[in-house]
Amino acid sequence: MSEEFEPQAFRVTRADLVRYAGASGDFNPIHWSERVATGVGLPGVIAHGMFTMALVGRAVTTWAGAPDAVVEFNVRFSRPVPVPDTDEGTEVVVSARVKETTDEGQVRLALTATCHGEKVLSLAQALIRK
Amino acid sequence: MPLDQSFVGRTYPPTEPYDVGREKIREFARAIGATDAEYHDAEAARAHGYADVIAPPTFPIVVTMGSIDQVKDDPGLGLDYRRVVHGDQRFAYLRPVVAGDRLVCRNTIEEITARGGHDFLTTRTDVTTESGEPVLTAWMRLVQRGEDT
Repeated sequence: MSEEFEPQAFRVTRADLVRYAGASGDFNPIHWSERVATGVGLPGVIAHGMFTMALVGRAVTTWAGAPDAVVEFNVRFSRPVPVPDTDEGTEVVVSARVKETTDEGQVRLALTATCHGEKVLSLAQALIRK
Repeated sequence: MPLDQSFVGRTYPPTEPYDVGREKIREFARAIGATDAEYHDAEAARAHGYADVIAPPTFPIVVTMGSIDQVKDDPGLGLDYRRVVHGDQRFAYLRPVVAGDRLVCRNTIEEITARGGHDFLTTRTDVTTESGEPVLTAWMRLVQRGEDT
């Protein structure tokens, strides 16, 4: 496993949300309809929480150096990720630090995901095997 | 009306098996921008000892979220899904999901709490193969917002 956790940035556009809706089966309209999203008090269309978690998972498996290294993975969705209807969309930045190494040699990472500098997850951790 | 605490510990019947397809895993991996060969190329996955392509860590939500309908739709629980948001998600894996798996979900209501006018419901989904091999456990915490917010 890499000792350096270079923060990883992920671009998120409306097209990504539509594709994720289809692939995941989560067709909640707050993830694709401005009208519905603002109607329930959101600032606009927001990303699926599980899409954000999937991006964090990409960062974790990249740092781990293997796609099957994740033993445990948990997040709390603390703030929505609004995705404007622009070519640029928005950006989610994922960073990590080692929290502990377990007796079995597994590594617990404390994870941070931000959008416009604000944390969108809390209590986010992954346990990975080396 | 707050959720009924007496539902803590309630278990639901095993779901019908979910057939994990190779193309579904590839579609999911593409949708999250994951290009690792083991998600797309069966030969690459076999080189790591798997029978077929493996799924990214959050893929199991496709299986477990669908199974949660039996909790959502439980009339006695009284969950108002229009007021529900996804609060927390946790996975504990014994191995990755592999194309060809036939996965069965067993749902349990693990916790119900109320705080600040909101209700919190934690479900645990034990996912096994059809033959009973444990694959992973997923916990989902749903937040039912208060009626006045």
